[in-house]
Amino acid sequence: MKHAFSVRIGPVGFRIGSDWRAPIAALETLYRDYPQPHDGIPDFTVRLFARRPWRRFIRPSVEIGGDYMLPEAAPLPLRQGLLAAEMAMNLQMALGARRYLLLHASAVERDGRALLMTGISGAGKSTLATLLAAKGWRFMGDEFALLDPATGLIHAFPRLISLKNDAIAAAEAAWPDARMGPLLPATPKGDIRHMVPDARAIALMDMPATPALLLFPRYGFEAETRPVPPAEAFVRMTQASTNYVALGEAGFRALTGLIADVPSVAVDYPDGASAIDQVEALWSAL
Amino acid sequence: MPEPIFRAAPDGSLLIAPLDAFTAAYHRASGITHLLAEPAPQILAVLGEGASSLDALLARLGRDYDLDDGTREALAARLDELVDAGLVERA
Repeated sequence: MKHAFSVRIGPVGFRIGSDWRAPIAALETLYRDYPQPHDGIPDFTVRLFARRPWRRFIRPSVEIGGDYMLPEAAPLPLRQGLLAAEMAMNLQMALGARRYLLLHASAVERDGRALLMTGISGAGKSTLATLLAAKGWRFMGDEFALLDPATGLIHAFPRLISLKNDAIAAAEAAWPDARMGPLLPATPKGDIRHMVPDARAIALMDMPATPALLLFPRYGFEAETRPVPPAEAFVRMTQASTNYVALGEAGFRALTGLIADVPSVAVDYPDGASAIDQVEALWSAL
Repeated sequence: MPEPIFRAAPDGSLLIAPLDAFTAAYHRASGITHLLAEPAPQILAVLGEGASSLDALLARLGRDYDLDDGTREALAARLDELVDAGLVERA
């Protein structure tokens, strides 16, 4: 491809090729403090390409591809090229990763122990991880937590934090010095702005953590917490994992082990400040 | 007609992880995860000791559990479900 960029995020190396310079330039700037893939060999390849040659120039629209493709994925306009790159990287991970059980969860760490937060889009995974990181937790990731079936440890995947709509202002207030990508208005997911995780998150991204607490947050409700029964937590996590079925027995052992070892709690919260108090109370009660 | 004999899936073909009232079971042959409620895990445990007819299974379960009237029909229905799921074989 005309333009290319390589990066390692946690244990996973990516190579992103593009027909256009702009998305690569944005990635180079935002990921400038990240390392290169181990031995220079990426785990996944992502391609941002024009379906027809003239679409590089005329109303340029970005198709995403790579080792794994979703044939029905709609192309994005070039000004959303950064979002296309991020979506394509997530897609390769979601469909291709076999080394770890992928949990669709954000993760933060304190004292070597990881707090996992899972939930549907809009539950507040990214926002809560960002707010907790501003309070001294180590940010491990806002999209995927990587559970190692061999060790039961959580590995960090601190990609750019994908902030949506109201979360953009909340994160900017919590991290006024954070480096931010361009505002991408009116994407299929609403307004999006990418935030670079803090230097500590990047420096410590190779350090795994022992899972200690699994939360199911829900934004927009009266503050309330309730224990989630292990069977319910197990079923919800099989749904929250993109490769549970693909991992087979290793996935079963890893996930039943996680559920047996770690308390699961549903957290309803009305706002970020309240959520942080609820999380801290649950954490200190462990 | 001879009584059907029920046989558990071969040794090691199931991974069992008790969760709470439910038990997760991974079936190696199919790669499917099953979530079992009582009395399915108990049935599988007893059949793991050896193949059994419905009446023998009922008597064996009766040693460990208080069984009510109507249990024979209920047990037959549960066995049918386990056969359908591929976790028990009807010989």
